[in-house]
Amino acid sequence: MTVKDRDPLTGHKTTGHEWNGITELNTRVPKSIWWFILVSHLYALIAWVLLPAWPGINDYTKGILGIDQRDQVEQKVAVMRESRADWREQMVALDVDEIRADPALAAIVAGTGPALFGDNCAACHGTFGQGGPGYPSLVDDAWLWGGDPDTIMETLRVGINADHPDTRFAQMMAFDGVLGRDEIRTVANYVQSLSGIESDSDPDRLAAGEKLFMDNCASCHGDDGTGNTDLGAPNLADDQWIYGGDDQTLFTTILKGREGWMPAWEGRLDEADRKILTVYLRDLKDRKATQ
Amino acid sequence: MAAKLTFAERQVALLILVVIALVGLAMAALGAGDAMGVHGFIVLIASLGLIFVLGASLDAPAPTEDRSREYYDDPIKVGIVLAMVWAVIGMGVGDWVAWMLAYPDLRFDAAWSSFGRMRPVHTTGIIFGFGGNALIATSMHVMQRTSRARLAGQIAPWFVLLGYNLFVVLAVTGYVMGVTQSKEYAEAEWYADIWLVIVWVAYFALYIRTLARRNEPHIYVANWYYLAFILVVAVLHIVNNLAVPASFTAAKSYSLFSGVQDAMTQWWYGHNAVAFFLTAGFLGMLYYYLPKRAQRPIYSYRLSILSFWGIVFFYIWVGSHHLHYTALPHWVQTLGMTFSVMLLVPSWASAGNALMTLNGAWHKVRDDATLRFMFVAAVFYGLSTFEGSFMAIRPVNSLSHYTDWTVGHVHAGAMGWVALITFGAIYAATPIIWRRETMYSWKLVEWHFWLALAGTVIYIFAMWNSGIVQGLMWRTYNEAGTLQYSFMDTVEAMHPYYIARAIGGLLFLIGAIIGFYNIWMTARDVRGEVHTLDHPTGSEAGEPAVPVAE
Repeated sequence: MTVKDRDPLTGHKTTGHEWNGITELNTRVPKSIWWFILVSHLYALIAWVLLPAWPGINDYTKGILGIDQRDQVEQKVAVMRESRADWREQMVALDVDEIRADPALAAIVAGTGPALFGDNCAACHGTFGQGGPGYPSLVDDAWLWGGDPDTIMETLRVGINADHPDTRFAQMMAFDGVLGRDEIRTVANYVQSLSGIESDSDPDRLAAGEKLFMDNCASCHGDDGTGNTDLGAPNLADDQWIYGGDDQTLFTTILKGREGWMPAWEGRLDEADRKILTVYLRDLKDRKATQ
Repeated sequence: MAAKLTFAERQVALLILVVIALVGLAMAALGAGDAMGVHGFIVLIASLGLIFVLGASLDAPAPTEDRSREYYDDPIKVGIVLAMVWAVIGMGVGDWVAWMLAYPDLRFDAAWSSFGRMRPVHTTGIIFGFGGNALIATSMHVMQRTSRARLAGQIAPWFVLLGYNLFVVLAVTGYVMGVTQSKEYAEAEWYADIWLVIVWVAYFALYIRTLARRNEPHIYVANWYYLAFILVVAVLHIVNNLAVPASFTAAKSYSLFSGVQDAMTQWWYGHNAVAFFLTAGFLGMLYYYLPKRAQRPIYSYRLSILSFWGIVFFYIWVGSHHLHYTALPHWVQTLGMTFSVMLLVPSWASAGNALMTLNGAWHKVRDDATLRFMFVAAVFYGLSTFEGSFMAIRPVNSLSHYTDWTVGHVHAGAMGWVALITFGAIYAATPIIWRRETMYSWKLVEWHFWLALAGTVIYIFAMWNSGIVQGLMWRTYNEAGTLQYSFMDTVEAMHPYYIARAIGGLLFLIGAIIGFYNIWMTARDVRGEVHTLDHPTGSEAGEPAVPVAE
């Protein structure tokens, strides 16, 4: 088809070609398209004049606004820091009870704590600090290293078995090979008896377990099994368990040993943030108490 | 398949297959203990299977008819079926991971089923499996018809189609085993990438050689787009996958690029995969099947030229808009942003050209679900290109980036544009290729259309809501100037939208399964067999072809 047909519907001519029944009209490009091109290209031109845009050999056009994203971020961060400086200094200077007593600061903790705790702590310790298998509860009274504010602040700063030079270090050894499997079960029964868990209460067995406990466990967990916060050794005589107090879990714990791990937050969270978290733990504990 | 080859061609095909089988054997032996060994067995089994198929008819009589008098449609048939197989796999996995995001336990605690492995199975299955097979099949169809010439070569089309599918299988099975380059949409490892280069060069040669023997003085627009797709994807694939294998007997490799250069190369590739794979190729489809089905002339040839050159010129610049507010220098981001905005005009010009072409055929859009697929695809193409340019503007991007809005945007393109135009094209092509009067059931096409449209709309509305909620929650500060929400709060807020998204995906998947059934039944249904005048020809009157030298 070389003759240019006219499309009866639109009145436009075809280009005179045909492919497998398909023809094309030679319609002019609508004016709106040219306007559209003009506007979008003007937008680009203006942006190139105002902003950093085109590279040269060693440098690039800076744009007459002199904007650079790095400077912008630094400025924004500086402004934000400035706006928070007052209360953050107070947060560092005051102790936990003073912060809780100050309505303005307490409100900031209530507003900031959930997101701070949610983004940094909740993945292991749970949304409300309730803990879970392998991760201690932060809302009970059982503390591995002590629950007073200064100790908590220090734990947050250096972490546990973390890569911080001052990190807290705690390791429970694996007794596989040191104690026989029956001995492990025996001492496990004794440990269960300390916290009143129902188990094999045969007096002879408990006596044997106590001897094993004194020889192998008491140096860290104490003669009475109440633990030692200087060593991060948990209290075995209460009803709080990190990994579990059932036969199988205790057996695994003693056989394989345990080594918990908590990151050091110094360098990631500043002192004000760590203080907010410390105060917020009290809020969480109150929350639990009222439930 | 083999019955239509001459004895000499069968021998060549056999030789190629034996070489591939030997490569597979070497990979299996040397890569034992690594994922490469498993891939070696896959290559070996695939090539032995084909050797078996070929060998079964090795002694069959050679074809007596003049093959140049008819189009070579057998590879197209297989390509359409493979496209639908991958559609069901890719969409099935996609919907599974969509449910998994709402209910993480659906992972069933296996390593292979983790989101990080299943997600690339979904994206590769859809983009390369479904989209790629549809592009190869329709490009062979369109090229032959608009050139009035038979495909150049008897073995090459099979090599391209089956070789390409071998690549997709190697890619997808690799992800399941944990093999990945960690480059989005280019996760497959080095040996699979090398294989794709070989296949792709064969594809390019096939296309150019067929075009060279055309019986039309001019090259139709659809072929410009298909050619741009084939050529640029080759360049993108080769550059982005430049890597040094850690060992020649294992899958692991290290990219030639590092740091921000690596990121920029990746997104130059990534966005141009959108541009030249998911846009240019499918515009080729649109430019043939839509006017053909509507029986209307293309609205404006001049607009076709403007949009083609606009798209291929502007798209190649815009990849940096994926890296706004990162370590990428500010000036590169400005260029990406401004070129993205300029790109909108040629994109809309193609969508407009398609929609204006439907003037005078709107009653067909109403009555014919196949044409309606293509109409809605053009609308979604316009919508998602507008959205893309909008999201490329830096301040907008600061809200949308890393949120589900991006996921919604990409699915407006992938479901609304790419999949719908593909379904329209396949429904248009299937009766022609199998020489049937119509599809097996037009009602099922209607069902597919409404399920696909409903699924797409539910999906993108869910993700718009989810993404904007997420983006706003991330940047909400309280009075003290600290963050209002933790990340987990935002995840909880997205949960209902995730369920809605998974339901939308499920509707879309059901539609695709219905479509597959309909295509299968059309192929099997010999009742409707018709013989229309559809063959290569050098004469204006449609006389059978003057055979062009094979």
